[in-house]
Amino acid sequence: MSLKAFHIVFVAASVILMAFLSGWSFLAYQDTHSTEYLVWSLCAASSVVGLVIYGRFFLRKLRNISFL
Amino acid sequence: MEIPYTYKARPDTGLYNAKVGIWLFLASEIMLFGALFSAYILLRVSAPLGFWPDVALAWPRGLLNIPIGTFNTAVLITSSVTVVLAWAALKMNNFARFRVYMVITVLCAFAFLGIKSFEYNDKFSHYVIRLQDGKALTGHIEVDGKHPRFWNFSDQWSLAKLADKKVTKIKVEVDPERDINGHPKKGASHHHEVEVAVSDIVSLGSYTPATHPFFAVYFLITALHGLHVLGGALVLGYFAFPGAKMWKSNPEQFINRIEVGGLFWHFVDLVWIFLFPVVYLL
Repeated sequence: MSLKAFHIVFVAASVILMAFLSGWSFLAYQDTHSTEYLVWSLCAASSVVGLVIYGRFFLRKLRNISFL
Repeated sequence: MEIPYTYKARPDTGLYNAKVGIWLFLASEIMLFGALFSAYILLRVSAPLGFWPDVALAWPRGLLNIPIGTFNTAVLITSSVTVVLAWAALKMNNFARFRVYMVITVLCAFAFLGIKSFEYNDKFSHYVIRLQDGKALTGHIEVDGKHPRFWNFSDQWSLAKLADKKVTKIKVEVDPERDINGHPKKGASHHHEVEVAVSDIVSLGSYTPATHPFFAVYFLITALHGLHVLGGALVLGYFAFPGAKMWKSNPEQFINRIEVGGLFWHFVDLVWIFLFPVVYLL
């Protein structure tokens, strides 16, 4: 597996982590009604979007490099 | 005699030597970290009820600083992006850009380690104090006007040492009350300072490995991970400066070296991606 393929795996894992963090923070917000957790949840959700956009950009930029 | 496939891929596997080598090495690393993660999970699920988490102290939830941990996660994700962009810059024959990305990667690595040592320091000066009346306090302590620091083990306090030094009272900056999930209770007062008589204390221990299995595993895994970050940063720093001479003599092999370094770096960051939710959030 090349660095390109491993990077895609890494970005996918980061997306899952950030989605989890967003959900975790939202549940904490429901428990505590603390605005901090809501902001945290929104930031994590926006980083999910950012990472997906970056992943697509990365794949386009390195389309000529092998996955092996 | 020239060693074959140092930079050209072997036709039957499509891989050069170093790539096979790094994946074998990473396989052994997966087993190492996998064993430690398993130890953590087994310790946690087999702990007696009320011990892990310790409901009275909201342990282990609320013990680690989630904003700092998240920031460190962002630092490592950024470093993985820059290391892959450094490799891509070489592929596009742009050495100057490679060096910029590599320097950013190394700076991110040292930023991660700096933040981690700040976290460690906080834990070494954070104590759990059990009192004669059955209550327990957690917070940072001050003895004779001094706070314990993690780089100085002689600063660590125990009940025996307090008695030995004839200390009669200590100051505790008490943590805000937390609910069972580790979140600060609504309306709970923030850090407030109280004086505790040493004669009222039954036991006292800092947030260090000897105090609780959670800290034993936390420090073991994060310190081992930190060593990997340090090792990776040194190697990548070498590639960015003294090792970069190879770019002129054998650019193909140099690109392969950066790829192998990048694979290791991604592995180290991936470990953190698993470590962060396991020890900070769950």
